[in-house]
Amino acid sequence: MKEEIPPSEREATSLRLSRRNFIKGVIGGGVAASSAHYLFRASSLLGESSAPGDRLLTLNVNGQLRRADVMKQETLAWTLRYKLGLTGTKLGCDRAECGACTVLIDDVPHYSCSVLTHTVRNKKVVTIEGLANPDGTLHPVQQGVIDEQGFQCAFCMSGFILSAVGYLKTHPNPTRAELAHGLSGNLCRCQDYDKILTAMMRGAENLRKVSRA
Amino acid sequence: MPSPKSEMQKFGAKYKLIGKDYPTPDLYAKVTGKSKYAEDFRVDGMLFCKLLLSPVPHGRVKHLDLSKALAMPGVKAILTQDDLPAPADSVTDLGVTIKANTQGEKALTMEPLYQGEPILAVAAVDEWTAAEAIEKIDIEFEHLPFALDPLETLRPRGPNPRVEGNVWVEEENSPPRVGVLKWKEEDFAPAKYGQLPMGKPQEEWSYGDLDAGFKNAALVLDETFVTPDTSHQTLEPRTALAYWQNGKVFLHMGTQSTVQTLAGLGRWLNMDRSQIVLISEYTGGGFGSKATGYIFAIIPALLAKKANAPVMMRISREEEHFIGRARPGFQGRIKAGFAKDGRITAVDMYAIGNNGPYDEAGDVGASGEIVSLLYQPPAMRWRGVTVLTNTPPRGPQSAPGGMQGIVMMEPILAKAARQLSLDHVAIHRINSPEGKAEWGPASNGKRAHATSAFLKEAFDRGAEQFRWKERVAQPKRSGSKVRGVGVSSSCFFAGSVGYDGLFVIRPDGRIAIQSGIGNLGTESLSDVHRVVAEVLGVPWEKCDVIWGNTSKNLPWTCVSGGSQTTHAMTRAAHAAAMDGKQKLQEIAAKTFGGTPEQYEVGNEKVFRKGGGRSLTLAQAAQRAIQLGGKYDGHEPPPDVNKYTKTSIAALAGQGLVAAAKDKYPHDGQSFSYVASFAEVEVDLETGKYFLTDYLAVADVGTVIHPKALSGQVLGRSILGMGHAMGQKWVFDPQYGHTISRRFYHTKPPTILDVPTGMQWAALDIPDPETPVGARGIGEPPVGGGCGAVLNALSDALGDEVFRRAPVNLDTILTSLEAGRPMQEPLTAFI
Repeated sequence: MKEEIPPSEREATSLRLSRRNFIKGVIGGGVAASSAHYLFRASSLLGESSAPGDRLLTLNVNGQLRRADVMKQETLAWTLRYKLGLTGTKLGCDRAECGACTVLIDDVPHYSCSVLTHTVRNKKVVTIEGLANPDGTLHPVQQGVIDEQGFQCAFCMSGFILSAVGYLKTHPNPTRAELAHGLSGNLCRCQDYDKILTAMMRGAENLRKVSRA
Repeated sequence: MPSPKSEMQKFGAKYKLIGKDYPTPDLYAKVTGKSKYAEDFRVDGMLFCKLLLSPVPHGRVKHLDLSKALAMPGVKAILTQDDLPAPADSVTDLGVTIKANTQGEKALTMEPLYQGEPILAVAAVDEWTAAEAIEKIDIEFEHLPFALDPLETLRPRGPNPRVEGNVWVEEENSPPRVGVLKWKEEDFAPAKYGQLPMGKPQEEWSYGDLDAGFKNAALVLDETFVTPDTSHQTLEPRTALAYWQNGKVFLHMGTQSTVQTLAGLGRWLNMDRSQIVLISEYTGGGFGSKATGYIFAIIPALLAKKANAPVMMRISREEEHFIGRARPGFQGRIKAGFAKDGRITAVDMYAIGNNGPYDEAGDVGASGEIVSLLYQPPAMRWRGVTVLTNTPPRGPQSAPGGMQGIVMMEPILAKAARQLSLDHVAIHRINSPEGKAEWGPASNGKRAHATSAFLKEAFDRGAEQFRWKERVAQPKRSGSKVRGVGVSSSCFFAGSVGYDGLFVIRPDGRIAIQSGIGNLGTESLSDVHRVVAEVLGVPWEKCDVIWGNTSKNLPWTCVSGGSQTTHAMTRAAHAAAMDGKQKLQEIAAKTFGGTPEQYEVGNEKVFRKGGGRSLTLAQAAQRAIQLGGKYDGHEPPPDVNKYTKTSIAALAGQGLVAAAKDKYPHDGQSFSYVASFAEVEVDLETGKYFLTDYLAVADVGTVIHPKALSGQVLGRSILGMGHAMGQKWVFDPQYGHTISRRFYHTKPPTILDVPTGMQWAALDIPDPETPVGARGIGEPPVGGGCGAVLNALSDALGDEVFRRAPVNLDTILTSLEAGRPMQEPLTAFI
């Protein structure tokens, strides 16, 4: 059934589900004694049999088919970090504020803290670990960071890079101001925006060179 | 009007490596997602923990029943304050014992002093179970009176934030204790007119003839100014993972410092630091809040012991708001006298700092010292009070106190320039420190002095690059938009002395440089060691920097905070490099005859001057091992720290071991300086404003790594701008609850809040009091970032719009309409 849903509606479904999940989280969290967000079953991590409600899914991540037991309320960020061992995706806020968890889903940047894992079946997910060539050649945007010593603490870096890679797919030749808009969903608390923008502009230039070659 | 693109600045004319860009050794791992921060580690059998946080701003647990939670399957242990070691005395590096502060902050408490304070922690097989267990805990709180605003608790019958009082009382030879400070009712009279009441201070100092200074002034201004409380908001929350092996505790956590974090962990755990292994190769930001770690890291450590299993404590963004530290907001007042030419004749300053409930932040004291240095008043009085409140604990944030002092002073300088019809750059320049400028109060009849200051040169360079005169001459108004330009002075302490350098020339010819500096993103962890390669004439590619793990034999190193590191550790690196060079020369002389002075080091060799026999570094390392003694680390230098000696003992026999303590002379205290220039455009119809241009010119001594420096100069400037452009804390005064607890409530500047082509420059004038000439830079730009934006706003809008920061669009619209500042002038957290 899911395969027949057109992409636009799939997106809508995923948004609805995400929102419901987060409203639930907000109610459970808040002021008082505990915060009920930031939860997950670590069952598979601990080597125990899957917990009730888990479902075995096949996901396409970084060009590989990966299988994982996934809770229905599980976010993509959890699955990537705790089920698939892809810890390059960072959690800065877990509530769609900072962009540290940005990954590409079918070439479009998404906050993986705000996408339910089961909604990305039949889609292609790319994380920071999947950007470089298997031979170790860095993606041109990653190389831009090396060229310009972009970023400081780098906790935001993978999110910024994937936002840039996604943006450059549709805007290959941006001005600094345009690229800043493309990256404006990502926070850098080291406030290294000037150097980041320079590195991402260098990345765009590197990418154009590779594309022309 | 955009400033001309600064031509590529060239640094390090007389060096091969210093002043040059290079990819840092941590960058490839960062860019590929291989770098592991605390939450990225996994250990077999790892449990997860959740915290129960206080729902009240001040209270006492009067009933606690854990039985239902403990009965849940999957719950392994619960930690409360009863499980914590008693506060321990500590012994400083100099052997001085510091008595434990029994009223200081604890990792868990039954008497919470702020909403969000951790009460207990549950370890379970997963977070879901831990959170369910917390829901099942039967807990009741007795509510106690609370205070949020310092002025409220200073009132004669104002509530106290702690049962014992509202301030720390210092007594000789004993730890500080909480006591009561109340002002008289009549002290509060000025508050009716929006002026800061100035009752009895806790501390004060003065120098010069204040009365004469004001009497002889052409203009006297007396201004009250309020600065915001701002969370550090490191992007990585203070998550930590702990496990025990063979009686040692292994802790993975983000911290700014590597070596210096051990002392705090040892004190909090009441353990010898040799039994603690800290792993922190990557830290997701600090800004002062993780200077030497944080006390909450002992929660997973103690839970891991109790549950006999590794424990991961993940901290959520909201929890981070409560426990993640913040800059103390100031309620301040400055009276300043000016001569006709703009020269300051006297400054009378009063600062009240909001401290939160625990250990005193040093901001209030630092504010006076920085103002005395940066504006060079010939006469000055400083008074200060640090007040305890039931708000989350404060800690040092980039330029602690100095930033608030600068932000109180800058609007006054701008106003004086307008009233005396002076150029704004000129009034800053004429009051700037130069050379061995004096600062602070006199001690034994003599005031302290700086190592050097070239701020006037920074203003000259900046005025030219920013085309200041042209910008000032341009029309301000264009339709509903009005443009303003502002300038600010800025500075902060920028270096300490006396630490150790350590490296090994290995028999394969590579150099293993041991770095005890933390990796919080400043890149000083490798930048300072470029000095080793520079002095020895070794290509950087032959050097391996070892960092981020206290089991890896690191040298005694400064705290990676307070802009110390570049200064302190280039000195230590230089000292170690000179030791290595001396040992190479001695080994050559022992091998080929002659005296050490007849040999030279360079091109990965030690060789006889004028040609002749030589040893490669690899051969020299093998010779060092044969010779033993001091050459391969079996005899450490007598004067290095005992921590370094332990590391040298572990490295002994692995090659030529070079180690030395920094004993270079150092006349004065090191500071770095920044001249900041900003341009804003305000829409008078909406109140919305944009920062359209910014330039910072830094006087940081010798430039070590230009790209990393640019990130610090502009990044720390933007951190300061956040204080001008919108960041603040808000509380519900009725219940003492925090309202601004997430990014979107008190949002740091985004990439769209700053110009897309920010400018920076560095003078690159070596400091005369340090061998490489380099000073620190993390803190100095912060005050200037905020001050320049505020002064650009008042240039656009006049003096009757704001008298507190941040300046938001409602401030602008309501004040312009009324023709006077419309924000409540004194109350905290509005």
